[in-house]
This record gives sequence, structure tokens and C-alpha cells, in this order.
Amino acid sequence: MEVCGGHTMCIHKFGIPSLLPKTIKLLSGPGCPVCVTSRYFIDDAVECSRTDGVILTTLGDLIRVPGTETSLYREKSAGRDIRIVYSVLEAIQIAKDNKDKKIVFPGIGFETTAPLSAAAILQAKKEGLSNFYILSAHKVMPPVMKALITEGVKIDGYICPGHVSVITGTNIYKSIVEDFGLACVVSGFEPLDILQSIFMLVNQIEKGQPALENQYSRAVKTEGNKKAQEIMYKVFEPADDWWRGMGTIPMSGLSLRKEFKSFDARQIFKPVKRTESEKEKGCICGNILKGLKTPADCSLFNTICTPIDPVGACMVSGEGSCATWYRYAREAI
Amino acid sequence: MSLNLVNMDHGSGGKLTQNLIKIFTNYFDNNGSESMTDSAVFKNNTGISAFTTDSYVINPLDFPGGDIGKLAVCGTVNDLAVSGAVPMYLSCAFILEEGLEIEKLKEIVKSMAETAKRANVKIITGDTKVVEKGACDRMFINTAGVGFLEEKHRAIGSGIDVKAGDKILINGNIGDHGLAVLSIRNSFSNTIKSDCAPLNDLIKSCLKVNNSINFMRDATRGGLAAVLTELADKVNLGISLEEKSIPLAENTRGLCEFLGFDPLHLANEGKVIIVAGEGWEDILEVMKSHPLGINSSVIGTVVEKHHGKLVLKTEIGGNRIIDIPAGIQLPRIC
Amino acid sequence: MCLSIPAEILSINNSMAEVSVGGTRYNANIELVENVNIGDFILIHSGYGIAKIDEAEAIDTLNLMQEIKKKELRS
Repeated sequence: MEVCGGHTMCIHKFGIPSLLPKTIKLLSGPGCPVCVTSRYFIDDAVECSRTDGVILTTLGDLIRVPGTETSLYREKSAGRDIRIVYSVLEAIQIAKDNKDKKIVFPGIGFETTAPLSAAAILQAKKEGLSNFYILSAHKVMPPVMKALITEGVKIDGYICPGHVSVITGTNIYKSIVEDFGLACVVSGFEPLDILQSIFMLVNQIEKGQPALENQYSRAVKTEGNKKAQEIMYKVFEPADDWWRGMGTIPMSGLSLRKEFKSFDARQIFKPVKRTESEKEKGCICGNILKGLKTPADCSLFNTICTPIDPVGACMVSGEGSCATWYRYAREAI
Repeated sequence: MSLNLVNMDHGSGGKLTQNLIKIFTNYFDNNGSESMTDSAVFKNNTGISAFTTDSYVINPLDFPGGDIGKLAVCGTVNDLAVSGAVPMYLSCAFILEEGLEIEKLKEIVKSMAETAKRANVKIITGDTKVVEKGACDRMFINTAGVGFLEEKHRAIGSGIDVKAGDKILINGNIGDHGLAVLSIRNSFSNTIKSDCAPLNDLIKSCLKVNNSINFMRDATRGGLAAVLTELADKVNLGISLEEKSIPLAENTRGLCEFLGFDPLHLANEGKVIIVAGEGWEDILEVMKSHPLGINSSVIGTVVEKHHGKLVLKTEIGGNRIIDIPAGIQLPRIC
Repeated sequence: MCLSIPAEILSINNSMAEVSVGGTRYNANIELVENVNIGDFILIHSGYGIAKIDEAEAIDTLNLMQEIKKKELRS
């Protein structure tokens, strides 16, 4: 199983499943931060954008994700000030250029991206920017990787996330090897990186010697990026968090520490009433995210749920299983 | 969630654009012309004519390698040329925003005149409207064009003669126009220039070689992927592309990687896709010897499998389906 | 969120660096990476450098990949 949306994309973009023997099956796990984040997060972002004086700056990844009734893209079409940015640094600049406005940056992503949000907050604090806010839904990987196994998902090994590991280092996966006897290989993103990682995993499994190996050694150090880790945990602290398909997983999310709460976007808008969305009936994103089902098992896939009119987040996000499957693999070749 | 407002995806050349166009084809009677081609082709007393129109709303007005005026001439000339026609006359209608500098207008008009001369077409009629500030982005241009074609080229725009075994040819690097326009709106700097150019001279040389051209289209909005997925679907054959044969400039590849873009979906304004049967090698040779075809390449084949689908054989030998996106590509970090 | 790409450092100005990816230049924030110099390759993610690429390890990986390429994948 891979648990990194980037790996999911690359695997299908390079056509790797079509090259593997039938004895090797690749499952996509909850590695797409957009997919695993609650639709209420989008509802909150929408509500922010509807608040007077707010400029919502978002990464392209989030703009089409469906909330309960709408998406940021539709709100933008309807005239809200929503701007697509490549980096949180652009949001900081917009905050400097628009001192009379409140600039909100929805922060999602795992340990690769959380340090960037943290660095931005520290920069905003240093420069006295009081109109910059983060709407955070950052999460961390190891708890969900363990939760999948304790929930009974049957896999022989993990292709471990490459760029998360650049930040965290490789030791975070040690207990997965020791407690669950699973093979773990940290992988890069080139096609031969992924193939080599699969090769290494198969070797471990065939020898009955699960271990932790690092295929992506040109970028990933055992200790990771200490500075990025320090910054991340200076600004954020672990907290329980809700994952689509998994429910609440203890200490799997990142919450702003008390001393940085002034940057929390949740103080500037009225939270929306949480409702059950009819559209979600029949959506099995949760089971797909756990690797228990494939998009082919979903009755909504390619019928009601398509990239043009997605129901679940797995279809919207470029690295979601359903979107990837739809784009690259929906017919047997 | 049903869509009831026009949004930017409707203008992207992807699936939503196709859906929107159905509104027009449902209501308008196109006089029996083949629908969804770049130009309407019809017979009259004087012979076979091709007629087309296009509007240009690009912002900003200037981009590396061109401007809205050059684009307005090339786009319409190319729509006629890829239908097998010799482009002859253009009309040109301007919608100008109050406050536009007259010098800027002159600059754009001069660019149009130079491009028309290069393309050997004449702009013979037009219209001008001025709208209040904010009602348009400085300047919108519509050009319509008419050309004439021989009976033997009539089917080229529709692709009905495309058959299994035909080769897919392209005249050079893809993705440059899409990125050239994008890069001026963001914080990346590079030397990518739009490939905007009139293709009628190149196409004329190719049509003279032999009769093996079965289909042509210029790969504008939606890129290579949009043209070939539509073709595969229309002729109900498979199209197989070789990723390593698709010409791509190094700095285009670099910026695509930065932004997470797929070059197959990026717009081009100087690229023609030619689908040709036996004798295609001679056409490729002529393309390569033309200034607008130096990096010409054979990039794929029409096949009798995966009917209706465009499939890419990746650099490592895997296969994946190429689909057209629903809407515009957005920068992503995932 | 994993789209990160290797970029060459062309110049450094305090916590910012001009980097290049195949001819495209970008001003990246390098406050999260340490001990980097002009000519080094760093991974860029969403505007920030997140790691320096180890040249020796990269060469090792490339050599291993050459070996794998020679083996046929049986299906």
C-alpha cells in the first residue's frame, strides 16, 4: 500500500500496475490530504470567503473539492475574493499588500506541508502581520498507518511517503515494522524509484524479513530535517483528528498552540451548522481510502460521480484514488 | 451539485466546454456541415468554402512570443488551414474598453497587419464597439475567416477517412503557448515563448506531397490530449501515443514539474496534428524542412484496440489512458 | 502533499535563493534547509526548500537503477 497521494499519482501516471506481475497488488491508502479531510473543512473555508473583508488564498488542490453544498470554485464564480496561490508565501505577500483585509490560508497536508504553514506563521508574527490567518487541517502520517492495520486492512508492506520522510526522517516507521511485522520502504517519485521500492519490499517479504529501508536516500536522511521539525512543533501540537473513512484517530492531527491562536482563522467567522449531505449517500470514499474497495466497486463511480461533478473528495483531488483511476486506469488495457 | 452558472472551466477547452457547445448545436442549424470541426465546410456555386470564427480575450494583451492581435489572425488562419482550405479573407471585430490607450490599439492593429501579411491573407472588413470601464478586459477581438478548398481535401477536417495504421505527426514542441501566457501571471520567470504562428504555408507544403493526409487539427485549448481524445472517440478507433516521441522543450518540462501541469493538456498556437496513412514519411520530411516544423515528430499510431480511447505508452513502458480534464489545469502542490 | 522537485541554487540572498528547474527560475525560501551553497540541488515544495539532495547518494541510486533497467520484468 502506498499512503502518499504523490505516489498514487506517479504509480498510475507511469502505468506501473500494467508492468507488474499479477502476484503483486498495489493498494492506495489515505495519502491524499484533500481526500481524508472532512467536507466541513471546505464549508468552513467557504464561510470564511463569505465573511466581509476576507481574501481567501488557496492552493489549486483545494479549489474544486466539494463541501456540503458548494465548493470554493463555485464561490469564486459567484464573486467571492478567492485567489489561487502556489505557496503560502504568496498569501503572506497578499496580507502585506492588503492591510485592511483579512487573509485566510487553508492549510492542509501532512508533515511535508505543515512546517511551511508554521514557518509562515512565525514570519507573520515576526513582521507584525495581524491580518494573516491559517485555517488548519494538517495531519501526521504514522497514527493512520497503524490504525489501518489495527482496523484489519491486510497488506504485506508499505511504500512509505517520500517527502513526508524528508521532514520526519525514517524512524517514525520503525514501530510499524516491529509491532506489525510489515515491510517498509521509503520511496522516491521517479518511475524507477517506485519500481525499485517495490523490488525491495518484495525481497523483504519473500525472505520473511520485514525491515525498514530507505530507497530515497538522496533526499531522505534517517534524522530528517530537524529544523523543519522544530518549527512545525513550535507552532503546532498533536491533537485528535477526524479522517474520512477512518473516523477520529488519536494524536493524528496538528492544532495551533495557544500562543499562536491569534492566527487561527476560526475566530473570524461563524461556524456553519453541520448537516448530513444527501449527496454522500452511496459514496464509499472511506473504504477506498482504506484500500478495502477500489473505485470500480463504487456504484457512483463514472456514473453520478465524475471529475466534472464529483461527489466525494477522492474524485476531485488530482491524487485521489478515484480521480487517478478515472484519468488513467478506468478501462483494462 | 448541478452547474447553473458559467465558470472559467467552460472556457478551458475541456469537457465542460464541450457540454456548453451542445447548447449551440441544439439550437443552431449548421446547414448540413459536419459539426464540431474547426471550420464549417460547404459547397456553393463557386466551389467548396470553409468559414470559421473565433474570439480572443487573452489577458494581458502581450505575452512572450506574441500579442492578442497576432493570436487573433493566426488562430483563424489556422482553423481554416487545418480544414484543408487556403485562407483568403478575414473580418475583424473589436470590443474596446473605455480607457484603453490608443497607442496600445495601434500596436495591436499593426501586429495584426504584419501577421496577416506573413500569412498571405487580407483583413477586409470589421466592426468596433466601445464598452464602459470594467465591461471587458481592455480589448476583445473576434476574427472570422473564409477560405477555399479542393474536393479531395474536404474530409480532412472531419477525420472520417482516418483508419487503423495511420500515423500521428506533430510539427514541434508542445505546451509553450499555455505556459508562456501563464508564466507572466505568476512568480516564475523563464524564457518560454508562445509558438503562435500561421500554419497555412507549412500545411500547404504537406498537402502538396501526396494524398495521405486523413485528418488535421491545431492543438489549441485543451492541447494535444483534447484533439486526440475527441478524434479517437469520433472514429471509434484507438490512438496509441509514445511518450518519448512527444517533443517537449526542457524549460517547458521544468515549469510543468513546478506547477504539476501535464503538457499534453496545455494550449498551443502554432502546432498542427496531422494524421496520415501510407506515405506519411514523406510528409514528415517536408514538415521537418519547414521553419515551423524543425522538431516535427511521429508521436503515435491509430490502432484497432482500446476503441475510442487515447492511450499513452509511458517512458518506462507502462500504459495509461489520457482523458481531457473537466476544466482548466490549476497549479497544485500534490 | 508531495509534489517536490529538485532545483539548482543559482544565488542566495539571506533566507531566499534563486533556483532553477530546467530553465525556469523561482525565488524560493530556504530558511528550512541548512548548509546550502550555490550549485547545490535542493528539493522545492510549495515555495520552500525542504532538503538538500545528496550528490553521492543520487549517483548510487542512478547506478542501481541502471542495473534494474537491464533486468526484464516478467509478467
